[in-house]
Amino acid sequence: MKSSTICQKWLKSLPPTQGYLKKEQSIGREFLLQQGMPTKKDEAWRLSNLNRLNSFLSLPTIIDSEDIKSNFTYTFPKKDENRERIIINPSKNPILDINLPNGIEKLNNREIEENLGKIVKSSNVKNDFSVSLNQASSPEILALKIKQNLNQSLEIVIPSIEGKSISTRIFLLIEEGAKLDLLQIFLGNNNSAQNHLIEIKLESKVELTHGLISLGEDKESSSICTLAVEQLEKSKYSLHSIHHGWDYARFEPRIIQSKGDASTIIKGLQVTKSKEQIATHSLIRFEGPNGKLDQLQKAVASEYSHCIFNGSIAVPQKAQKTEAAQLSRNLLLSKRARIDSKPELEIVADDVTCTHGATVSQLQEEELFYLLSRGIDNEHANSLLLKGYYDEVISNFPKSARKWNFIEKVIPNIKK
Amino acid sequence: MISSTSETILSIKDLHASVEDQEILHGVNLSVKEGEIHAIMGRNGSGKSTLSKVIAGHPSYKVLSGSIQFKGTNILELEPEERARIGIFLGFQYPVEIPGVNNLEFLRVATNSRRKELLKSELDTFEFEDLVKERLKIVEMDPAFLERSVNEGFSGGEKKRNEILQMALLEPVISILDETDSGLDIDALRIVASGINKLSQPNSATILITHYQRLLNEITPDFVHIMADGKIIKTGNNELAIDLEKSGYDFIGKNTKDKETAK
Repeated sequence: MKSSTICQKWLKSLPPTQGYLKKEQSIGREFLLQQGMPTKKDEAWRLSNLNRLNSFLSLPTIIDSEDIKSNFTYTFPKKDENRERIIINPSKNPILDINLPNGIEKLNNREIEENLGKIVKSSNVKNDFSVSLNQASSPEILALKIKQNLNQSLEIVIPSIEGKSISTRIFLLIEEGAKLDLLQIFLGNNNSAQNHLIEIKLESKVELTHGLISLGEDKESSSICTLAVEQLEKSKYSLHSIHHGWDYARFEPRIIQSKGDASTIIKGLQVTKSKEQIATHSLIRFEGPNGKLDQLQKAVASEYSHCIFNGSIAVPQKAQKTEAAQLSRNLLLSKRARIDSKPELEIVADDVTCTHGATVSQLQEEELFYLLSRGIDNEHANSLLLKGYYDEVISNFPKSARKWNFIEKVIPNIKK
Repeated sequence: MISSTSETILSIKDLHASVEDQEILHGVNLSVKEGEIHAIMGRNGSGKSTLSKVIAGHPSYKVLSGSIQFKGTNILELEPEERARIGIFLGFQYPVEIPGVNNLEFLRVATNSRRKELLKSELDTFEFEDLVKERLKIVEMDPAFLERSVNEGFSGGEKKRNEILQMALLEPVISILDETDSGLDIDALRIVASGINKLSQPNSATILITHYQRLLNEITPDFVHIMADGKIIKTGNNELAIDLEKSGYDFIGKNTKDKETAK
């Protein structure tokens, strides 16, 4: 079937536009109707496995409670005492029916309308297929604000449903001076797809620590996630992410320092095996002076898999004194695996410090020999080296996040 | 500690080996018995480090001919990790830094691999911490180094202490210490040397590879071998090392040249 036909068929399968996201749904559907699916001619999708994207669209999106009962088979680890957990369980009115701790409130309709879609729009991505896909199909939004000067921890878990495609949309407004420790967990399922659009606004002097654990695990699971973050002055944002086990995954973090003078730290890890393809397309833009960025993207590809990293950094004239560093470090564990890494630095301001680098290597023979020469067997030595390689990213997650067993998953052979 | 009934631990016969298709060892013969301390000296490029790597089983080095037996077993068939487990220890000239791999965890995994071979029980985290604390004293090492990544950011001296700590934990039958003295100041040299002396056992043996006699002031070898051009060309006792220190390697150079002319 042609991709345009699949897209039209998918659009027809969607329920009628409704609720307070009605307008958004119309915008997304109109875009897809006009543009259809991305093609190899779209630079941002050139390396993407478009066949898998098609199958992404072929899964039904309507979910009834029967599906939930029969397919919602997850058992989650115990929640932390001091971290509120929200499970986005796409049954009846899932998002409206949550308990919130003091200091976190739902946004009212007016606040949603004032903010919705603005951040992602300001990222100025042309032919924004990932976002349109979500706009077209998201039935609900989880829209929360973290009140001024408070210190909060939150865990948002988004599981998948076997044989279904789900769309979730989240908006977080973090008010001036607040601190949030946010942990998000995406979980795949057999023959499933999930699509997320997350917008986060950091007002001035906000500190957000954001851990994202994205584990596909089962066969034929797909995930597309667009994360758009706006940082006001004196805010600090650190994002640590792991993507693993998805047949097809695409992660698009877009961070806009809308007044500059903020700090952004991004440490991402993607680990692929078998025939998986996992891509990160990041965009960081400085709209004012004195902004700081420290970005590290690591990829490990084995067997026939494919990792992609595309890292854009935009430093326009008004963003003088920007200090940005981007490093892409990649490990190829098999001759048939593939890694594509592309920095895209657009620097107009002249008084800035911007560095970037990319390395592709294999596990170091001397490191391996050192471990072997101490009697450690080959498999275990490789696991130790991999764990060491992941450490720069993994060590940034809160200790309590370990209960999601992501370390065991990205290092399957590790011995306790 | 040597007695006439001592068992031969390591027996190397007419060993030829190459790296990157270049033959480096041109027929090494060496026999090491229980309780013995051997020193191998020689210029840079004489093949000392190559010999140590070949014994440990480094994959880049290829044995062309000859044999290496450890307690009567041909070890050329064994993987590096199998050689380590039966008690062959290589102290690295340049210990490798492994970012992200916790030193304590590495030491525990290595120790348990060896203990398994010795049919001793594996140690859990707590038991191992007790053991390692006790062994740290041998090299006067700060426990803070256990919490860091393997050798990462360690000074030259700290790396060498970490090597001897591994030796203390693995309790090898034969230790080949490749230029353990290089990069050490005089105090660190004494600590490391005293550690090696403390670890010497009647049923184990040590091969010290070194450029200088100064290590041999601290650890008295039973045999001193001089290597040149991939062979052991002279063997003597500690006096040989002292002579070498006085006259330098030139006198060997002359000897070898004489030999070549005589041919």
